[in-house]
Amino acid sequence: MTKYISKRVLFGIATLFVLATVTFFMMYLIPGSPFAGELKGVSESIRERLIAQYDLDKPIMLRYIKYLKNVLAGDFGTSLHRKGALVTDIIAKGIPYTAALGTVAFCVAMSLGTLLGALAAFTRQRWIKGSVSFIATIGVSIPSFLIALLMMVVFGVKLHWLPLVGLGGWKNYIMPSLALALGPIAMISRLVKSGLQEELRQDYITLARSKGTAFVVIVFRHALKNALLPVVTYAGPLLATLITGSFVVETMFTIPGIGAEFVNSVTNRDYTLIMALTIFYGALLIIANILTDVIAAAIDPRVRLK
Amino acid sequence: MTDTKKTQFVLTDDLFEKLHEDEKNNEFIAVSSKTYLQDAWHSFRKNRLAMVSLVFLAVMVLLAIFVPIFSPYTYDGQDLNARNALPSLAHWLGTDKFGRDIFVRIMCGARISLSVGFAAAFINLVIGVVYGGICGYFGGKLDMILMRIADIIYAIPSMLYVIMVMLVFGSNIFSVLLAISVSGWIGMARQVRTQVMSLKEREFAQAALVMGASHNRILYKHLIINCIGPIIVNTTLMVPNAIFTEAFLAFVGIGISIPQASWGTMANEARALLQNYPIQMLWPVLAISLTMLSLNFIGDGLNEALDPKKR
Repeated sequence: MTKYISKRVLFGIATLFVLATVTFFMMYLIPGSPFAGELKGVSESIRERLIAQYDLDKPIMLRYIKYLKNVLAGDFGTSLHRKGALVTDIIAKGIPYTAALGTVAFCVAMSLGTLLGALAAFTRQRWIKGSVSFIATIGVSIPSFLIALLMMVVFGVKLHWLPLVGLGGWKNYIMPSLALALGPIAMISRLVKSGLQEELRQDYITLARSKGTAFVVIVFRHALKNALLPVVTYAGPLLATLITGSFVVETMFTIPGIGAEFVNSVTNRDYTLIMALTIFYGALLIIANILTDVIAAAIDPRVRLK
Repeated sequence: MTDTKKTQFVLTDDLFEKLHEDEKNNEFIAVSSKTYLQDAWHSFRKNRLAMVSLVFLAVMVLLAIFVPIFSPYTYDGQDLNARNALPSLAHWLGTDKFGRDIFVRIMCGARISLSVGFAAAFINLVIGVVYGGICGYFGGKLDMILMRIADIIYAIPSMLYVIMVMLVFGSNIFSVLLAISVSGWIGMARQVRTQVMSLKEREFAQAALVMGASHNRILYKHLIINCIGPIIVNTTLMVPNAIFTEAFLAFVGIGISIPQASWGTMANEARALLQNYPIQMLWPVLAISLTMLSLNFIGDGLNEALDPKKR
């Protein structure tokens, strides 16, 4: 187990290193100097000082090493767009909003997904089966920002049921979290449905039944526990889906989280912020993936042995 | 040991009976034999949802080709007297805030979205099949190194590269394609690798090797051909992914530059008018959703049709 974990962690560090390197050289490749527009009419000495301050006169490899050192120390510099604001402060300010929305969406996805999947696995009603698989198809094939737009048109503009912007009250969470959760709901309900159907055919279920165990106990104590294994492995990448989905969902509902911040930094060409957010996202997802792998290995010995 | 008496059978004519005249054709197979693809098409045709999707997509492609040619409007032609018009006989889907005909713009958007989708799927198909084929066929250290590289690329969320590529190479159709292709091929490569790994141990591959066929020939003429089913399905499902990425980029404002009409751009422009003219938002959203849905249905249908075990 220790060997397995250390292998995963090493791989994670390697991935993060590659990501940091790629980001650095991509930003280096962007045509034009950061001061191209601003340094017109500035005296030669100030220009030289600025260039020296940002190490623009140093060879690329030296700058790369310095950049790696800074990243390791957690120093991402200041925003190019909002003068003087520390990049790390901007990110820290956005995290609570993104985390709140992400948690709600995660809980909605997990509970509704499991519920729908279990419903589809047990029911004999054809219309329930049909509508669950309809929801699953829609959720898998229509991207979150389109679902958000459709909901905004229907519930926000036409019916005036739900507020369109911000994160003020609980009503504000309904549309963005549903938009984020619909894709995951679809995936989870599929996983739970096929897992349960598979599990209910097993011998140990027949044994429990023949011993007279109540159906509810069989489902929740025995079948669901095993059927949820693939869902656990999906939960890590789910975090990825929620975060990348939140890029545009946060922008649309004007939620000041880091997803919206990322989209803004891209449109503003705020390179330091883009670099920092890219590495932040990468690190977050890599850690999430390692945790999922470790949890999955702890629950299911088969994963470890592979 | 007991002594066994040996008897010898002699086949004489009276042991046999002549077949009756009308029994002679009993073994005849009236149905002409079908190739793999004919068989798949036969079972695909029975999937109603997939067939409807196929027809929808075909109509969309034809409209995308011909509407911009024959329509009196162009995608950037403005008519300031008919701004934000509702659907009418003159403008089938209405007009936007510059008085541009939405129907023509949707069809120009279809040209961009569909060509991005199919081109990206094709690029990823080629890279994925070659990469996965090499990994699976040669195995060993080479496979280990190449697959670790793929793992690392895969571990980083693709949206991050996509956005960086767009920033570095500018907003045009080629950087969209490049951005989608950075990590889009990995799923395909993994699938082809697993298939090739198991197929190369089979007798027909061994026989080809013994008969002196080159590695190239074995890999592409024997192994890849045998996993054509999953490859086709995977390619079909890549198209909606690429369409989504393009729409996402355009929606965020770093996709193909205006005034060219991409579905994502149109959705983005309509967002500003959402409160007053929500119908303008409906068209691009419907276009993207229906196209992605139908491609997914076609993919599911192909998956069932091409895999004999699933029928």
